[in-house]
Amino acid sequence: MFSSITSRLSLAKRHISVFNGRSFLRQFASASAEAVNITLPESSFRTYECDPPSFEMEVTKDELIRMYKEMTAMRRMESAADTLYKSKLIRGFCHLGTGQEAVPVGMKAAITRDDAIITAYRCHGFTWIRGGTIHSILAELMGRKTGISQGKGGSMHMFSKNFYGGNGIVGAQVPVGTGIAFTQKYLETKNATFILYGDGAANQGQVFEAFNMAKLWDLPAIFVCENNFFGMGTAASRSSANPQYYTRGQYIPGLQINGMDVLAVKQACSWAKNWTNNDQGPLVLEMVTYRYGGHSMSDPGTSYRTREEIQHMRSTNDPITGLRKRILDLGIATEADIKQFDKETKAEIDEAVAKAQSDPHPDPEELFTDVYVKGTEPPIIRGREREEFAVMQQ
Amino acid sequence: MRTSRTTTLLLRNFANIVHSRPLIRNRFTHKVFFHATRTILQATGQPPPAEGFLPGVAQSKFIKSTQEEALKNAELANTGVANGETKKMNMFQAINDAMSIALATDETAVVFGEDVAFGGVFRCTLGLAEMFGKDRVFNTPLTEQGIVGFGIGMAAMGHTAIAEIQFADYIFPAFDQLVNEAAKYRYRSGGIFNVAGLTVRSPCSAVGHGGHYHSQSPEAYFTHTPGLIVVMPRSPIQAKGLLLASIRDRNPVIFFEPKILYRAAIEQVPIGDYELPLGKAEILKSGKDVTVIGYGSQIYTLENAIQLAEKDIPGLSCELIDLRSLLPWDVDTVANSVNKTGRLVIAHEAPQTSGFAAEVATNIMERCFLRLEAPIQRVCGFDTPFPLVFEKFYVPDMIKCYDAIKEVVEY
Repeated sequence: MFSSITSRLSLAKRHISVFNGRSFLRQFASASAEAVNITLPESSFRTYECDPPSFEMEVTKDELIRMYKEMTAMRRMESAADTLYKSKLIRGFCHLGTGQEAVPVGMKAAITRDDAIITAYRCHGFTWIRGGTIHSILAELMGRKTGISQGKGGSMHMFSKNFYGGNGIVGAQVPVGTGIAFTQKYLETKNATFILYGDGAANQGQVFEAFNMAKLWDLPAIFVCENNFFGMGTAASRSSANPQYYTRGQYIPGLQINGMDVLAVKQACSWAKNWTNNDQGPLVLEMVTYRYGGHSMSDPGTSYRTREEIQHMRSTNDPITGLRKRILDLGIATEADIKQFDKETKAEIDEAVAKAQSDPHPDPEELFTDVYVKGTEPPIIRGREREEFAVMQQ
Repeated sequence: MRTSRTTTLLLRNFANIVHSRPLIRNRFTHKVFFHATRTILQATGQPPPAEGFLPGVAQSKFIKSTQEEALKNAELANTGVANGETKKMNMFQAINDAMSIALATDETAVVFGEDVAFGGVFRCTLGLAEMFGKDRVFNTPLTEQGIVGFGIGMAAMGHTAIAEIQFADYIFPAFDQLVNEAAKYRYRSGGIFNVAGLTVRSPCSAVGHGGHYHSQSPEAYFTHTPGLIVVMPRSPIQAKGLLLASIRDRNPVIFFEPKILYRAAIEQVPIGDYELPLGKAEILKSGKDVTVIGYGSQIYTLENAIQLAEKDIPGLSCELIDLRSLLPWDVDTVANSVNKTGRLVIAHEAPQTSGFAAEVATNIMERCFLRLEAPIQRVCGFDTPFPLVFEKFYVPDMIKCYDAIKEVVEY
């Protein structure tokens, strides 16, 4: 699948030559609402019991730039988190999505704010595209009051409207997402739930229980397996009897997608959304992607794969480099423009880091809030000794 | 790092000396603790101290850092290692050593779990795959229910299955397999089948920064289940002996390892094959006035609390008991102690309601009612989810344990 990227780029070039090359497009560089046609390479998708999405797609120049900016911001946010973790300002367990940015960004471009997303613990990017601010995410990571979960959750526990979290237990979000999809069907809204899980979680029993219910009741549930080749430290091929995760639904049609190409992701998600809108039931999408870092901050990520492999993936399949090259080839922006974007993104992230870092920690009373719904709390939260109850009652 | 910790401790100590009235003192202590720590850190621009270590462990009197101390243990007298060699090991190395001996002495033994083939996240299985082969030490898919179910199947065939659940917080998908399959196998087959060879190891308890899903102590869920054995060691020597006993015990065992001790606790561990008894508590320090009960990493907090209390209250002498096994637990040792002292303090990290301390308290109330001089004190985590940012506030720390001791003495 990864070898396809070069061919995809050459295809894109060929397509553009119809417009008499770069000079023609340069004139329209500012007219950014204008759409360009892009042909995705055949290797972008592989199907199971269904027809593939169209390989021809139309995106506006604006959108390409926006996707580029979103992916770079996401990566910078993760590397800021990496630095903060190493300087011990972020504690706890922290899973970074560096390398996998095309999945949330492509998905966001294809769906609406009324569609639901639920994912596992690698959730910072998804939180951001679902309306969390970079500041609120970084503040949450550092356990600050201004964090998206008031600083009480940390890395794996972030939520926003129609984003049902960061979930810390491997595979546990899959049946939960199925329940969300059931409600959407029950309310007859034309929305879908994107239920993300990793190649590791794909082997949890509850994933299959959820598949069964989703198909049985034809729910608008789009199961999205982010296959980054390693479930923690074990390679997919060594943990899974069938590493073709898009076929894992057996009775649910599936689609494998080049998850390192944001446009392929977008196209697949639009197609999937359309599928559920037509009441065709659930789907299993497999996003083939790659994480550059370890499973979490406590995993250097090099004991079960070679540095060369990571370097190879970075240099040949990177989603940001891929889109950047496409933007340059299409003449939508110049090298200088892109440098400017990167500079702006850097400033934005630096500002968010500084702001989050100076934010206060939550008040001690917060330890007791939100255990039960307000007004129904037990008269005391039992703890170590009675004097401490006063803290809660204040 | 050390400076801020020391400062914090000094401040808290100061708060306790100044405020002798217990009701006010506690609130004041916490205010001082939180606000002073924060103010100091903000003023100096330092990042907050990194956690993941337990300062009391290195200085603990219960840590056997010489060969002589290690071998003085009466329980080792009949084990064949009493005159043998010892080696400096931390707790993960001792656990590794125990599994290595189990694999070498039992050809049906296998070790499996998530990422164990390359050492596991806490390095407990480091090198075992190389030494015993990938057929005997292997990675599983990420499926806790599957791991335990698979182990039960192996054990039902008479093999020795040593399963690892990567964090005790992840044991819940396997809850049904443990409670309904493993625990009841012998009973429901009328003794025809059993899962005697099953041992499930799992790292538990606070680590300084684990947050909601990497810090819990779920022992009480399992002590509620007849048919299981539940064990939690406090140190490398204990871990090795108890783990070997657990692996060889003819009942399914859940072996919780306080993850903070993996690197923090370092002892001279006998290199030979030895077992320590399951279901037996150990009196770590004898005393006549207060019985203090704990297990796992909480022992070191209690040790410090006792030191502080004995310094503060002249003539006070506390008895510290490590339960080690929670199911079955050594009610006799505890009851004998309470009959002597008349006062009992129990501490654990898990939330208070329906926690293991409740079980201990009830039993002791039944057996020592007329001997009790003060209400039994439980020093536990709050009835809240295990918090990330408020871990220090949540855990039953030294001051809290100290207060409980003082409370029973002054009652």
